[in-house]
Amino acid sequence: MKADSQELPLETMDLQMGPSHPATHGTIKFNLKLEGEKVLECDVEVGFLHRGFDKSCEQVTWTQVIPYTDRLNYASSLINNVGYALAVEKLIGVETPPRCQYIRVIISELARIFDHLTCCGMAASELGAITVGFYMIEARELVMRIIESLTGARLTVTYVRIGGVKHDLLQGFAEWVSQTFKTVRKLLNDCDRLLSRNRIFIDRMSNVGTISQETAVTYCLTGPILRATGVNYDVRKAYPYLVYDQLDFNVPLGSRGDNYDRFVCRIQEIEQSMRIVDQALQKIPVGPVWIDDPRFVLPEKEKVYNSIEGLMHHFKIIMEGVQVPPGETYFAVEGGNGELGFYTVSDGGGKPYRIRVRPPCFIAMGAFHEMIKGYMVADIVPTFGMVNMIGGECDR
Amino acid sequence: MSESSANLEYIQEKLGGRVLDTLLFRGDDIVILDRAGLRESFRFFKEDSKLRLDFLSDITAVDYWKKKEPRFEVVYQVLPLRGGRRLRVRVPVPEDDAVVESLTPLWKGANFLEREVWDLFGISFIDHPDLRRILLYEEFRGHPLRKDYPVNLWQPRVPERPVEGTFVDERSRNKLLMLKQALGQKN
Repeated sequence: MKADSQELPLETMDLQMGPSHPATHGTIKFNLKLEGEKVLECDVEVGFLHRGFDKSCEQVTWTQVIPYTDRLNYASSLINNVGYALAVEKLIGVETPPRCQYIRVIISELARIFDHLTCCGMAASELGAITVGFYMIEARELVMRIIESLTGARLTVTYVRIGGVKHDLLQGFAEWVSQTFKTVRKLLNDCDRLLSRNRIFIDRMSNVGTISQETAVTYCLTGPILRATGVNYDVRKAYPYLVYDQLDFNVPLGSRGDNYDRFVCRIQEIEQSMRIVDQALQKIPVGPVWIDDPRFVLPEKEKVYNSIEGLMHHFKIIMEGVQVPPGETYFAVEGGNGELGFYTVSDGGGKPYRIRVRPPCFIAMGAFHEMIKGYMVADIVPTFGMVNMIGGECDR
Repeated sequence: MSESSANLEYIQEKLGGRVLDTLLFRGDDIVILDRAGLRESFRFFKEDSKLRLDFLSDITAVDYWKKKEPRFEVVYQVLPLRGGRRLRVRVPVPEDDAVVESLTPLWKGANFLEREVWDLFGISFIDHPDLRRILLYEEFRGHPLRKDYPVNLWQPRVPERPVEGTFVDERSRNKLLMLKQALGQKN
């Protein structure tokens, strides 16, 4: 360097952030190349929570996979259950009764509210808005209590079965939900008043982690990240499943594709999900929640103990598993983070031949370096928060 | 599976010899493609004004060990963003030459997905910019989603690997040593 030069020498620094960093809720490692505090390159290392989901699924029966799907995106495990059950039902070629479909829509949307509240609350509290974090966790707790009383578990619910759901909705479910939604709306209103004109929050979120529409599409992003760039792709609208085509809801879209738009998209989706649940609870018909087919549905205990057919069906399903005809299907549902697809291959036995999950946040992490390039190290925190990487789903 | 959809007929007509078979199963369009000229086929899917399958949804593979020949199948899911039918593309890949053209020039998101297929199945991709393991670690032996990989196989223990540029604090180690010496223990 020349002695008369006024500029300081530039030196790049390698920094390894993670795998267990307090600001990244999840085990993930960023290998950063920094110039001062500016991120020049970011290499994302995932896989710290890999536990062989696909391989494990090949060892058990079709029904026993359902608890494994709980552990994918554990913030919205009900959606995973629903997606998996729908994929297997498509492979078998059966359709569940209307009441079951409505119940599945209701629980999917409750899980989506839960997922978005977790994501937004955590992201806000990481930026110092800890009050908002607490308010959203409180709202989440109220939703979680509904899920808990319905399914018996808080996170690992295992509520959906192939050909139905575990049991019908509880007595007084609709009133409880509408009471809860009143409180959730009030809490979200408080959060809005705390955040929407908050200088610190907007400075940290707005124009940070920006990604253009073309980049989002070429990186195969889905969910709120894609919709924040203005692309109108929601699996519930594009490829309607269950009874979504009979319900009235909007898909919130952003325009700039930055973290703030992602945040707003998620918050607005909570409102839309509450609308869907309200409508579904009004329209829900009475009827059975299981398909009427003893090949796929466990018989009632009374039949198991008192009739030979019941005992036989019970034995067959438990010991050999549901018999799924050979074939392959891909079925996608709109998960909390985007298109959650299940590609299932059967060779005609009681066990799956291959189950592949299309994990939305794994694919989103593939575009993370593009989102963070040129921003500061501190911007990783809100950007990572809004991607909402869930280790269980990303690493499987 | 004798029925066919308009999209499948159109693809069969345009791509001709590269299409090995077309299927319609449970309402899904499935095309079985030859791996020769695979990227050009996908460029056609992406840019053709009638199909406009411009969104790559997923890449995965299936191992049909002792069931089918060729052994592997790489499976792609594409869809049109403006709305329309999805398409599934299956590409048979033999075991002794498990190589496919990479789709990263068309969709950058194929990067992570192809790395995962390489990691778990050992199918490599030509022209991939950075084909490393992704879910597993570098020292892992074998590709676990192959059907001939036993589910309970133990992997050898990996020695600690010195990473270049990592700051190692020697003082803490010395402290432990001093503590042990003070307690009269041997190392």
